[in-house]
Amino acid sequence: MFYREAGDFKTSYVDDSQTFPISFDRYRYYFVLFVAFALLPFMVDDYWASQILGPFLVFSIAAIGLNILTGYCGQVSLGTGAFMAVGAYSCYKLMTGVDIWYPAVCDGSRILFFWCSGRAEYQIWFQLPEINILLSILLSGFITALVGVFFGLPSLRIKGFYLAVATLAAQFFLIWLFNSASWFYNFSATGQITAPDTFVAGVQVTGAETQPWALYMVCLVFAFGCAWMARNLTRGSIGRRWMAIRDMDIAAEIIGVNPLKAKLTAFAVSSFFIGIAGALFFAVVSGTAEAGDVFGIQTSFEILFMIIIGGLGSIFGSFAGAAFIVILPVALRVIGTEMFGWPSEIVEHFQFVIVGALIIMFLIVEPHGLARLWQLAKEKLRLWPFPY
Amino acid sequence: MKKRLATLAVAAVMAAGPVMADLVFPSLSYRTGPYAAGGIPFADGYADYFTLLNERDGGIGGVMTRVIECETAYNTEKGTECYERTKGEGALVYQPLSTGITYQLIPKTAADGIPLHTMGYGRTSAANGKVFSNVFNYPANYWDGASIAINYLLDQNGGDLSGKKIALVYHNSAYGKEPIRTLNELSNKHGYELLEIAVDHPGQEQKSQWLRIRRERPDYVLMWGWGVMNPVAIQEAANIGFPMENFIGVWWSGSENDVLPAGADADGYKALNMHNVGDDFPIFEDIQQYVVDTGKAAGAGDQIGTVLYNRGLYAAMLAAEAARTAQEIHGVGDITPAQMRDGMEALVMTEERMTELGMPNFGPEFSVSCENHGGSGQGKVQQWNASAGEWEILTDWITSDKEVIMPLVMEDSEAFAAENNIEMRCN
Repeated sequence: MFYREAGDFKTSYVDDSQTFPISFDRYRYYFVLFVAFALLPFMVDDYWASQILGPFLVFSIAAIGLNILTGYCGQVSLGTGAFMAVGAYSCYKLMTGVDIWYPAVCDGSRILFFWCSGRAEYQIWFQLPEINILLSILLSGFITALVGVFFGLPSLRIKGFYLAVATLAAQFFLIWLFNSASWFYNFSATGQITAPDTFVAGVQVTGAETQPWALYMVCLVFAFGCAWMARNLTRGSIGRRWMAIRDMDIAAEIIGVNPLKAKLTAFAVSSFFIGIAGALFFAVVSGTAEAGDVFGIQTSFEILFMIIIGGLGSIFGSFAGAAFIVILPVALRVIGTEMFGWPSEIVEHFQFVIVGALIIMFLIVEPHGLARLWQLAKEKLRLWPFPY
Repeated sequence: MKKRLATLAVAAVMAAGPVMADLVFPSLSYRTGPYAAGGIPFADGYADYFTLLNERDGGIGGVMTRVIECETAYNTEKGTECYERTKGEGALVYQPLSTGITYQLIPKTAADGIPLHTMGYGRTSAANGKVFSNVFNYPANYWDGASIAINYLLDQNGGDLSGKKIALVYHNSAYGKEPIRTLNELSNKHGYELLEIAVDHPGQEQKSQWLRIRRERPDYVLMWGWGVMNPVAIQEAANIGFPMENFIGVWWSGSENDVLPAGADADGYKALNMHNVGDDFPIFEDIQQYVVDTGKAAGAGDQIGTVLYNRGLYAAMLAAEAARTAQEIHGVGDITPAQMRDGMEALVMTEERMTELGMPNFGPEFSVSCENHGGSGQGKVQQWNASAGEWEILTDWITSDKEVIMPLVMEDSEAFAAENNIEMRCN
């Protein structure tokens, strides 16, 4: 009745191939954008911006990234948390000025200029200026893409569970690296990285004094940009190549898809998004981070749950999954402690039970995730009120 | 200060607390996860002290207290969520009992003007009140702890540690890394060799670390552990036959939960402490009468008198005394967080006051000032007696080596001030 393609005529190819060909869909999409960009910034407070909407948007970006790799290209990865850490630490180094050290005094032989075989005294060789925060976040994406391609190389030889184990190695190696190499956290006593105050056009976007709307808007702009890019990449020729590899790699190779290029581009694009998510999470949303605490294996699994529950191979599913995993526990806590007044540890335990049960229920009732439910709802709407 | 543009529905529901005047003390506790064994007794002690004040004295200065408990599971994300959720209820002081959460909250509490008390944990250089206006870490901090342990070992070795090998087994996080800088400085001064051995969160598996200790044969092992890491380390030390009397934990590695799993093997293990142990204080009679017998004890009520319960009690007592001081300074009962901060900065703990409170010689005597937010920096060494099943205090208050620590505090806090454009106070 409301939701139908009948009567929605297209007169040009551009119109015909747009992302939302059905007008109702398109208006709904504009409406969501209007609410997100024009209404919510005036309504968010600290709690909503930094605890609910900020993490939701950031994890949506990470889920889109993993969905490109796993949902579209069929390569399983358990290293998402570590790639987020790469984004976070690159962003930190870029926004505080990258410092390159060299051994000024070397008691022993010099190998390859930077390497001293004996005791050495290091001095700063050069220090880059501090880079604008938004540019830092973007550049962190590119750095993470490089790291992702490197750790994606094994995917050319191994698949499935074996690839998952190879990416698991990336997870442990990178977290160990960020925890032990003090250069990454600017030699601070504790290994914590803390984002300095930064401003974009006079508005503070990182640091404790950040206004909630500024925090929200930075996350929203990046989330919108990433989702828009991902959506257009996945419905273009690159996305088709990824999906061909996912569905049957030998057949894809025979019809002319280069598996090396397809798999590595998937790793690059996926890591780019994940790196941006990590940088945003560290710099804008939380302000400080510690590799093992925030970007550990549990984060990798959470993001994997997001795309499984949201729906593999769907941009909408990434958002839905992130909402489910990020917002549901918070909602349950608020409902349990504030509305029912239960003791906090009971609520915490119940939260595990309820979220776990819901995940199992969803996977039984709808193995294709929330995105499929959404699609079914749309089909029902098309037929309403005269279903057959 | 931040302004709120508007409040959404759920936030409005949350903010709608009771309207009557009360003193709100949020308790960011953790009764779940791998650190629950330490979190539960502390949270119980913290809550029970305020219950006692309400039941016996009718609150502090005639104003009732209210403890809001929020579960963090020792996770920084959940911890900041707790902070953001509870700060609107008039929270007077935060005690997150986690160094990771402390680092998240230092900038946030400064922006919101709420004091943060990190008793024996958190950012050590916050002891410099000139830079950190809102953060307090009295009565002692990690660097004091490291120095107290070294001073104790110096005392054991006739004042000379040169040529000795001391291993530090630490939780590989902000918490465990804190003492390294001080221990390095002290090794330059006293000539011992420091061996750093990291244990990753949560620390259930430490075979390789203790194998390394067996190979390197250090004279002493210091431990900066927390949660499940502690009992595992003590068990592993027993397995390799490391002499327990040469194994010293920081105050977060010295509770009953840490030594009981190893049974008789843990006998002789030592740990630092910043307050006294046991339930041999007059206040425990009041707790029995007003809290336990009335059925208002927090948690299961089975932790009373344990080391970490006493620490929770001590933390609550210091918070309550600071609130009382703030009430006296400002002449109002229902104080604000800013007034609470003034009270904390003017806090004086004397032996007479502690005796009045039913806690004679419970903690060190100290006073807080605008410059010094770190207290006296004193601690004791305690030893586990496995057959009696109790901790025995071995020493009197040991003072830390301020000559080494103060320059480090100044250096670190001034770097922080320069990084964040903070103007020095107290001039």
